[in-house]
Order: sequence, then C-alpha cells, then structure tokens
Amino acid sequence: MHLAHPSSAPFTLSILIWLPLALALIVNALPARAVGRAAAVASLLPVAVAVTFVVDFNSHFPGLQFVTDQVWIGALGIHYKLGINGLNLALVLLTTVLFTVSLAWSAMREVDRPHTYYFWFGLAESAVLGAFLAQDLMLFVAFFDLMLIPFYFLVGSWGTGERVRATIKMVIYTMVGSFLMLAAAVATGVIASGDHGTALNFTFSALQHLPLSRTDENWIFLAFALAFLVKMPITPFHGWLADAYKSMPIPAVAVFSGVVAKVASYGFLQIVLPLFPHAAHHFQVLMLIIALVSIMWGTAMAFTTGDARLVIAYSSVAQMGFILLGIFSLTPQGGQGALLQMLNHGVVTAASFFVVAALAARAGGSERLEDMGGIAFRAPVLATLFLIVTLANLAMPGSSNFIGEFMILLGTFDSHIAIALIASVAVVGASFYALRLFIRAMHNRVGGRVVSLEISRAEAVAIVPLCLIILALAFFPQFGLSKSEGSMRLSTYAAAQPGGNASPSLPSAQSAELTGWWAYPPLRQLAYSPQKPRRVYTYRTTSTHRTLHS
Amino acid sequence: MSSLILATAHVKGPHIDWAELSPIVVLAVGAIVVLLAGLAGQAQLRRRVIPVLSLVTLAGAVGTEIWRFPHAQTIVAGALRMDDLGLIVDLVCAVSAAAAVLLSLRAEAPREAGHGEFHGLLLFSVMGMAVLISAQDLITLFIGLELLSIPLYVLCASEYRREGSLESGLKYLIIGSVGSATLVYGLAMIYGATGQTGFDQIARVLAGGGANGTLLGDPLLLSGIALVVVGFAFKASVAPFHQWTPDVYEGAPTPITAFMATATKAAALAVFLRFFDVAVISEQTTWAPALATLATATMLIGNVGALGQTSLKRLLGYSGVAQAGYMLSGVVVGTRLGVSSTVFYIVAYLLMNLAAFAVVQHQEAASGDDRIGGLSGLGRRSPALAWSITIAMLALAGVPGTVGFIGKFRLIDALVNGGYGWLAIVLVVGAMISLGYYLRVVAAVWMSPEGVGAATGPTLPGNVAPVAGGSPELDRLPYPEVVAVGVVFAAATIFFGVIPGPLFHFASHAGAALTGLF
Repeated sequence: MHLAHPSSAPFTLSILIWLPLALALIVNALPARAVGRAAAVASLLPVAVAVTFVVDFNSHFPGLQFVTDQVWIGALGIHYKLGINGLNLALVLLTTVLFTVSLAWSAMREVDRPHTYYFWFGLAESAVLGAFLAQDLMLFVAFFDLMLIPFYFLVGSWGTGERVRATIKMVIYTMVGSFLMLAAAVATGVIASGDHGTALNFTFSALQHLPLSRTDENWIFLAFALAFLVKMPITPFHGWLADAYKSMPIPAVAVFSGVVAKVASYGFLQIVLPLFPHAAHHFQVLMLIIALVSIMWGTAMAFTTGDARLVIAYSSVAQMGFILLGIFSLTPQGGQGALLQMLNHGVVTAASFFVVAALAARAGGSERLEDMGGIAFRAPVLATLFLIVTLANLAMPGSSNFIGEFMILLGTFDSHIAIALIASVAVVGASFYALRLFIRAMHNRVGGRVVSLEISRAEAVAIVPLCLIILALAFFPQFGLSKSEGSMRLSTYAAAQPGGNASPSLPSAQSAELTGWWAYPPLRQLAYSPQKPRRVYTYRTTSTHRTLHS
Repeated sequence: MSSLILATAHVKGPHIDWAELSPIVVLAVGAIVVLLAGLAGQAQLRRRVIPVLSLVTLAGAVGTEIWRFPHAQTIVAGALRMDDLGLIVDLVCAVSAAAAVLLSLRAEAPREAGHGEFHGLLLFSVMGMAVLISAQDLITLFIGLELLSIPLYVLCASEYRREGSLESGLKYLIIGSVGSATLVYGLAMIYGATGQTGFDQIARVLAGGGANGTLLGDPLLLSGIALVVVGFAFKASVAPFHQWTPDVYEGAPTPITAFMATATKAAALAVFLRFFDVAVISEQTTWAPALATLATATMLIGNVGALGQTSLKRLLGYSGVAQAGYMLSGVVVGTRLGVSSTVFYIVAYLLMNLAAFAVVQHQEAASGDDRIGGLSGLGRRSPALAWSITIAMLALAGVPGTVGFIGKFRLIDALVNGGYGWLAIVLVVGAMISLGYYLRVVAAVWMSPEGVGAATGPTLPGNVAPVAGGSPELDRLPYPEVVAVGVVFAAATIFFGVIPGPLFHFASHAGAALTGLF
C-alpha cells in the first residue's frame, strides 16, 4: 500500500497526540483558580490541529495518510507508527471536540484538586488520540490500556457514591479483556513472523500481508473481540457499566461513553476485520447474535430503569449493539453505517449526559426520574435542546442517526436477513425509552423538589455546541461517510469473502483500476455540494452501489 | 617440615585474574573496612561514616562491574565465570543494596544492631550474591548461596527488640537451612551421577549421554535436579516453597525486606538461569514441564494470596511470589530470548519494587505500621511519594508506559516463541488477578474513603467539599533520602517503559552470554 503520499499537513500526528498532555502539564503550573479556564481554552488547540488534518485529508485515497513511522523498540519490531485513514479521521476530530466541551463544562465549576483533575483529562485525551491513530498493534494495545488509567482516577477520586468499588470493578473488567488482547497481539506478531520467516513486525500494514493459520486466527480473534466487547460494552460483558457510569463525574462519563468506548468498535474495523478476516467470517453469526442480544437488552433496561443517567447508559449498550451489527454485517454499507453511528452516538450520548446533569441540578440533585417532571415549565430553551438530543437519540428520520441505523440495517439485510428483521423491530424501542425520558423529565407532574430554571451559561457551554453538531450532522451526514468510503472497503473486503483467501487479492493492488469505487460517485457528489442537503438520496446511493457492485 | 614443603610443592594455587575478580574483591575489602570502622569509639562517627563507606564500596562494585562489561571469561580454575549475565545481575544486587543503605539511614535497625555489623553483613551478602551469580561450579554455587543467606538471617533479626523481627529471622533461618540442605543434597546427587562439579563439564557429560550412554532419564540425576529445583525455589520464593515469604518480609526491617525482595530474588533467578540453561540444558525436556508447573502455581498462588492482605509488606511479599513466577517462566523456555526476557524483568522488578518499598519505609517511620489504609491521604501529604507508589503499583500490574508492561510483553514474546503459549495465557491471567490488589493500594493513596473529606466532582461555585486533614504525626515530612529513592526508581520505571532500548541492549547481552543456547 505504498502509493504516492497523497497529502501533507502542517503538523505531524505526534503533535496532535501529545499536545493535550503537554498543555495539561503547562496549565498545571498555574494557580488552582485559573487551571480550569486555562485547560478549557488550551484544549481548543488540539481541535484546531485536528481540523487541519480533516481539511488536508484526501478522500480519494483509501490508504494511510500523514504517516509517521519510526522504530520504537527495535528488538521487538515495535514501531511508533501513526496514520489517518477514513476510519479514524472523524473519530479523532470528535475526540478533540468532546474533550474541549467536557473541559469547558468543568471549567465553569469548582473542582477539588484541580491540578490533578485536569492532568488526568489531558492524559486521557492523549491516550484516546493515540489509540485512534496508532498503526502498530503493540502501540495500539499500549494506548488502549493507558486510556483506562486516567478514568480509574477520575472515577475513584472525583466520582460519587460507591466510587472506589465502581472504579476497581471497571478497571478489572476492562483489563481482563485487554491483557488477553496483549497476549493475543504478541502472539499475532510472533506467529506471523515465525510462519513466514520474516522479522518481528507489529505494524498493521505488515501483519495484513502475513496471514495466520485458521486455528491461531480463531483464538486470537476471540481474545481481541473480548477486549473490545467489554470496552464497548456489549451485553454479556457489561457488568461494570452501571456502577461506573453512575459514579463517574459528568464530564468524564461524557468522554468515556462518547469516545473511549468508540475506540473498541473502531478497533474491530481497523484491526480485527483486516487482520483476522477468516475468523471474522467464521464468527460472524455469533457476533451478530451478541449484537442483537445487546440491542434488545439495552433497550429493555433503558425503558425500565428509573435513573435518568442509566437510561442513557443502557441506551448506549443498545446503540453499541447496532454498531457491532453494522460492523459484522461485513459489508461496506454496514461498516459505513457503523462508523457514522459511532460519530452520531458519540455526540448524542455526550450531550445526553450533560442534559442529565442539567436535569439533576433542577431536581434537587437527584437523577431519579420520579424526582423530575415539569422541568420544561420555565425552561423552553433547555427543553428544545433536550428535544433535539432526544430525537437524534431515537433516530428520527432526518437525523444523522437515522441514516446510520439505516445503513447498518441495509448492510445486515445483505448478509443475514433474519437478524436484520429482528433488529429493525428494535429500532422502534429507542423511541420508547428516549421519549419516556423526555416526557418524565420535562413534562408530567412537577416533581417535589423541582425548580424549573432556564439553561445557565455553565450548562449551555457544553450542551449548545453539541446540539449544533447534531444539527450539522443531520444536514450534512456525508461528513462521516464520504471520507471513510475507500478505507471501509479495504477494511471489510477480506472478511466479506466467504472462503477468505483474501490477502493476495487485497485491494491494494487494485486500487489503481478501481478509482471509481473509491470515489463512490454519488456520495462524492453530495460531499462536494454541502449547500444542498440531499440526505434523502443517501439511501439510494448505497443501493446504487449494490447494483454497481453486482 | 619436609612434608610441608612437599605439600606446597604439590598443591598449586590456581591462577587468579584479579581484574576479572575485582567486583567481588571490592565488596570483600569494603565489607571488612566497614566492619572495622564499626569499632570506632564515637557513636556519632559510626553513624555518619559507615553508611558513606558502604555506599562507596557499592559504588566501587558498580564501577568495576561496568568496567568489565561487556565481557565473558572463566576464572579461578573454572570456579567462576564473569560474563554479562553475571555482571548485570551483580549490578542489580549492588543497586538494591545501595537503596537499602539509603532507606536505613535513619531507621531503627542499624542503630540497634550496630552500624558496622549491619552494613558489613549487608555487603557480605551482596558479595555472596556476586559469587552465587557467577558460580560455574557446584561447590562455588553452594558457597555463594551460604554467603548470601547467613548474613540475611542475622539482618532479618537486626531489630532484635521487636518480636516480629526476631520471629522473622528465626523463621528465615530454619526454612533457609532446610532449603540449603535440600540443595546440597541435590548437588551431591548430580555430582554422583555425572562425576563432575563444573557446569560446563556436567553439560558435556550430559550432552554426550554419559560414560555408558544412559544418563538421560537417570533416576539419580533426576532426583538431583529435583532437589536442586526445590533448593532454589526456597530462595526465589517459588510456590509451593514460598510460605516463609510474607512472614519474613513482614517481620524484617523494611530496608532489609526491600533488599531481600529485589536482590535475593534476582540472584536466585540468575542462578536458576545459569544452572538450568547451562549445566543441565540437555535435560530440558525433563525439567521444563516441571518448572512450567511451578511457574504456573507460583503466579496463581502469589496473586491470589495477595488479594486479601492488609499489610503492605505482606502484600509486596505475595506480589513478589507472583513476580517470581513470571520471571521463572522465562527460564522454562530455555532460549536466549527467554534468558534476556528474564534478565529484563529482573531489572524491571528492581526498579518497581524499590519505588514501592521507599514508600513503605516512610509509612512505617511516620505511622509505625504498614497498613494499606494508612496510605490514605498520602496524595495530599507527600505527592512525590504518592506518585512513586502509584507508578510502582501500576508498573507491577503491567500498565503500558511503564517498564512492567515492556517486561511482560518481552516474557510473553519469549514464551510464545518458545512454544509455551499456554504459559503466556497463565501469566496474563495472573496479571489480571493482580489488578485486584495493586489497584486497591492506589485507591488507598488517592481516593479517601467514603465521607472522609471525599473529593467531589465538578460542582457549581459555593459548594466545595472540605479539605481532608490528616492527624499531625502523619503530616510529618518524609526524609529526603527516602523520597529520593522513591522518585528516582519511579522515574526510571517510567523512563525505561517509554525508552526500553538501552535495557534491551543489556538484557540481550545477558542472553548471548549463555553460549549453549540458541
């Protein structure tokens, strides 16, 4: 995949990764009172850097761009290799934006021990960006594990309720998965180099050309899948979710649910499908069923729980189920839908958590639904913003979430129609729990301790930008789609082939002839006419593509 | 008179290359000087000068070790082999001893035992380790082991007015003697089976199938190896021969515990490496499964045992057992990669543990006990120490960005490469269990218990939680040298976790030192 370097940028990806941590350390020198504001303002810098990458990104090129590749640990063949392709571009931008919003929300409040608090946020942002950008298996595993440490401290030190128990439970759950992933990742590199007689090398691009034997691939796939499923989380592995989300401070839970969980689903697309295509094909139905269970269970729990924050938490489980469904449809549409949905869900879930915080502030500090009600009475702006979030959450036609879910289902229909049929019923479930939350909180009888106040500046600073992003995505969903098209095809290509046997025909060789495919004309058209929001046609574009494909 | 002349004529001393022997010589001379300085009349003088002398001696040992590196030569008529493996582990022991000297500067133990004796014994023990690590002969091996152990029995009991310390010394003496006896019995059997005491000669005899070609599977040889395994396992606290570890660690003065936990373990594992990967390497098919089983048991028992502990030293004792299991798994594979990964982990283990023990030492000095709960609020009282123990715990658990992660990675690499993939999985499972207690310690440091000055998440202005206040005696400032030990080793833990290249270089030298492997 060594085509000519298609684009250049004024910064390197290393700057993007380490900037948040560096800023956090610099800000730490300030007096406690100023730390929050400074951290929030400084966090605009990574956003700006990320934007330059998005602007300079070449959507026609499916491979890696802005590559940084240095040998990190020569003895072990570990590279410090970073790169952006269509799969991580939007997620990187989302990460920087969500962190800025969360920091702004925190900066408007008083935090105990602010220096450490903002340091952990900086480290978390660096680690998440590192996980998204890493193009070396070991580097990815390292960032993936590192990501957890800041949240361990954020929950344990600044959380509420049974925070120490919750945080240890969360770390152990996720580490069980990621330590297995560590072993599996090492095994991938060692076995691949042993089988093919090459030097140890952990970069994705090298491993892609060194297929493993079927049996090795299967157990390695399961180890990776376990790590990612725990992190997402998906139903049988979600045991840590309720306690941890309930205890986390609001800004932490917003970024955790918004982007940290997305690293796992992104890992499936970037790592598991391209590196372990046979196993992905082999376990496809299992994963689809797990996804389905997750959707059903998440929906049911979100509908029955009496806690506003947990409604959002469980709805995340259902949404992540959809994303998993899209990924393991093993079709480009499904994958595209999953990616778009990661973006949508990241924004919506973060916004929802901030809204819940606003609701709790009006309901005497309680996050129970029965203590809420009638909050819309004197807060029309808050109610409107909440409505936007709610409608996006339930995937109202017209929202970007709708397009995401639609493409996921379309992809699943292509591969397993029965599962797709069941899943489409579950789409309806989302409106039950989302509307229930809205009605119980905003309308109904006024709760006992409810004081209806209009949205304050300290709340608007987080909720308003996120709502604007939701609206922007609704009008311009191509942002998530157009740039990822080529990369998604590369990612799902091998796994989609029934017998596997993918690596010789991996599109890297074909990319020259298939320019038309990468470009994906209808979507490109949309992408180049942002003034005309023709989102309705997005659905047709996918079907056009299918006829084109067959 | 004439018979004496006859005797000297016949017994010709071996040629000794003093330059090669210099690390051991420096330690011996230093130990004697320190012991003599302990006779000085003024208590003040003893208290000031002797630690400095010990540090100078250790610095001399470190210097000579670096001077001889990289190098490999068999000296003193085949009794010792100074090679890179030996030099690196010597270095680990000397650094560990230096840290112990620093930690004990204002501790109780040297005052009670007498400064000269305390530091002299410490140096003799380091010298024993140097002999043991370089031993290339069954006899030297045993001498080294005893020279290492006997001073430690005394040092454990050096706070002799405290019951725990005495108990610890006695326990260690009894268990250690049983271990030594088992070992010497095993050595005798190996000698009986092969007729040789030199490692190289033994290896040659075994590779040649013995005089009558039936040595493979020979019961005498196998029982010998089994007894040697048991003897080493006592020293390295490998399960099921680990029971003494938590008790002795808990009772011994903390600087000595730190020294035992790092240096003794390093020396014992180095001798594991040298004995199994040099002398009896051709029997690998026989001993590897046994060692793999021991490693498995050690990792699981150590990690599970640590879960319920409330004393930091006991916790570190059990954690040390588990870590010995990790390191032992590098011995099992019997490849150069395995050796270098074990050596890497030995160094990593030194860095991580010394950072933790510095905090334990402070904790004991400040509050008189080593309960985990006593760490509560350390994050406010002494951020430097709080970060030290946090980094140490996370590194021991294997979190990326620390040397512990790279060490585990390296071990898994060696295990998968050597065909012991299942042992790698056991290692990983052990690491998962270990999170259960390492994280508890970190939680105790930073996350004060419910209600007591709990930190709060972001709140709107005017709603700030009260700042937690410790009792005045807990707020005593930690000693600078203790903080220095903690911070230096914690910083090294992070540094080598991010830039492990130099350490890898060292470790691969050690792997290459054992020439019989591939």
